[in-house]
Amino acid sequence: MIELQNVRKSYDGGKTFAVSDVSFRVRRGELLGLIGESGCGKTSTLKMINRLEQPSSGEILVNGENVRQQNAEQLRRNIGYVFQGIGLFPHYTVAENVCTVPELLAWPPSAVLERCRVVLELVGLAPAQFADRFPSQLSGGQQQRVGVARALAAQPELVLMDEPFGALDPITRADLQEEFKSIQRQLELTVIMVTHDMTEALLMADRIAVMNQGKVLQIGSPTELLNAPSDPYVRKLIEMPKRRADRLDQILDADSHRAERHD
Amino acid sequence: MTENLAEQLALLPEYFRGHLALTLIALVIGMVISIPLGVWAAQAPRVKRPLLTLVSIIQTFPSVAILALVVAMLGGRIGSLPAIIALVLYSMLPIVRNTVTGLENVAEEVVTAARGIGMSTRQILTKVRIPLALPVIIAGIRTAAVWTVGLATLSTLVGASSFGNYIFTGLQTRNLLAVTVGSLAAACMAVILDSLIGGIQWLAANRNTGAQTARYRAVKVLIMIGLTSVLVVSGYSLLPDRKVDLVIGGKGFTEQYIVAGAVEEVLQEAGFTTEQRLGLGSEVVFQATANNTIDVYLEYSGTVWSNLMNREDNPGREAVMSEVEAYLAAEHGMANLARLGFQNLYALAMRREQAERLGIRSISDLKPFAEGLVAGGDLEFFGRPEWISLRDTYRIDFAEKLTFDTTLMYTAIAEEQVDVIAAYTTDGRVAEFDLVILEDPLNAIPPYDGFLAVSGDAMDNRLFVETLSALAGKISDEVMRNANRLVDVENRPVTDGVRYIREALTE
Repeated sequence: MIELQNVRKSYDGGKTFAVSDVSFRVRRGELLGLIGESGCGKTSTLKMINRLEQPSSGEILVNGENVRQQNAEQLRRNIGYVFQGIGLFPHYTVAENVCTVPELLAWPPSAVLERCRVVLELVGLAPAQFADRFPSQLSGGQQQRVGVARALAAQPELVLMDEPFGALDPITRADLQEEFKSIQRQLELTVIMVTHDMTEALLMADRIAVMNQGKVLQIGSPTELLNAPSDPYVRKLIEMPKRRADRLDQILDADSHRAERHD
Repeated sequence: MTENLAEQLALLPEYFRGHLALTLIALVIGMVISIPLGVWAAQAPRVKRPLLTLVSIIQTFPSVAILALVVAMLGGRIGSLPAIIALVLYSMLPIVRNTVTGLENVAEEVVTAARGIGMSTRQILTKVRIPLALPVIIAGIRTAAVWTVGLATLSTLVGASSFGNYIFTGLQTRNLLAVTVGSLAAACMAVILDSLIGGIQWLAANRNTGAQTARYRAVKVLIMIGLTSVLVVSGYSLLPDRKVDLVIGGKGFTEQYIVAGAVEEVLQEAGFTTEQRLGLGSEVVFQATANNTIDVYLEYSGTVWSNLMNREDNPGREAVMSEVEAYLAAEHGMANLARLGFQNLYALAMRREQAERLGIRSISDLKPFAEGLVAGGDLEFFGRPEWISLRDTYRIDFAEKLTFDTTLMYTAIAEEQVDVIAAYTTDGRVAEFDLVILEDPLNAIPPYDGFLAVSGDAMDNRLFVETLSALAGKISDEVMRNANRLVDVENRPVTDGVRYIREALTE
């Protein structure tokens, strides 16, 4: 579905590389987590896929076609994008926000309206209640649901997500993560999700690519990463959620022992 | 008072029409030019800096200077066109600046999102950046509107009717009621436009949160009503003026208003339709006559002599007049149609009682007493060529020379604090304080003969030429002085001065 071949990106004419020699493939229907610290090149990598950035060298293929040879705007309209800061248009209603891409693609108006209703329901927002509201009248979680609905409105096969749940409170974030994962499975979406939260990546991704200083250090399934981290940096990243999970287990065990004594 | 008020209010429709038309046309043209420039500048950093600097520099030019420059660039054309051009230039800064600021301040993440979902640069501009910048752009238009209403008062100086006619005429003829009416009218117009545009700005800013509230709908209805009324009224303002046969010009002081009024009455009685363009700058009225926009106005030989011909010598009153005539005809196709008889020049004046007691009629007679007398002048007189010439020609000097504000100078001579003052020969206060003007037998002061300067085109109109030629020699220094006195000293309306002159003309 997506293939990156030796992609490099430099912002200073080749002195340093924000992305250096990155190659990977994402299969159809797969959710790839792209994880690393800020400045590791993960967002630049994501933006090169829909040509928000131009690679300095290397090739990117989407469905076997080189993105360089496609009109950038057409390409972007066919790829869903969920933004880090949500990026809803404050002067558009929820419905207008969601309909933007189908309208850019000049769908017939009735199809646009129908699709708007369908995707709002998909992300758990009742159209009757929310369609005419403005973003400023929504909670953060509701806003990001609209962001997801907008990305899915034009029925893309591929969705790019740039730290989509980063700005949300933990409970809302967990809800949205689960819901999005089930939507992704249901629609068989191919997704690349940039995140710096290893727990999020472990819970949502089919495979995870760990990036550091512009390079992909390891790419594999959550189990592979947990069991066989190939690099000290990857081990360090994996360590934290693992420790937390172990600690939670201990607490739960202790609790159940206490409960047994009381019985 | 009530008569004066009625007279002022009778002028309101014309001035209101003129003022509103100037303001709205200038504002609309200003928007049409400035918003696209602002949009361009916001996208092209190389354009932005020079453009903002340029519009800021325009703003620092004194507005009167801009008006004069525009008139000069249009080859002396006066009226609405130069006024509108100047107003448009002034409206540019707030609109361009706010457009740039508004577009630049649209949140980066929103613009990135628009790009990321596949909007083209043009779509991002029209669907996202401009709508989001709209409240800021409208705020710029609002600032420009208030400035334009204020500055439009200056259009009077280039011959376009506005509330400025009230203000400038009122200031020059000491008619404070007229000044008040003009200022209040301009202020009201500014407040109304400001509230209206402010309302639109509020609607634009609140359209995504307030659109469903009752308050929003109420404001919307009010704004619609307001806009409709402005449209209807401006439709009325923009109706073309009726064409008149002759245009009478004038500079901005009492004598000019009075003579223009008298000339207008004489012409109307001869069957012409006329209109007045008064309160113009000296240079502006001359240029406009040279290019046939104005047909006739009151000019002074000495003004042409020193300001336009750059002469400093003084070959005598007759010689100056005939050289001025030759110059006007040769260089500007203009003519002296009637030398009215009076001169408006600097002259020495004394209290009649003292002058008679000492037997002084001329400056030569004054000389033996001068070293024991105190002289008063306005703030510039003792530094002017007129005084240098007097001093050197008559070898005269005073015990003391004091400078005053003009009004205080007359008080000073009335209260015998000074003995001699430098007055204007036709100043009404010369009569008011019973002063005598001393003769200047050696022609030390260049002559300032009042004459009707006429455009080349108007000279081809025989009836016009005959009608005005008859005024030659009809207005003496004393008649002019008394007419000025009615307005300047007794606070009577200009029309009373005009009536006084007319009586002298028919004698």
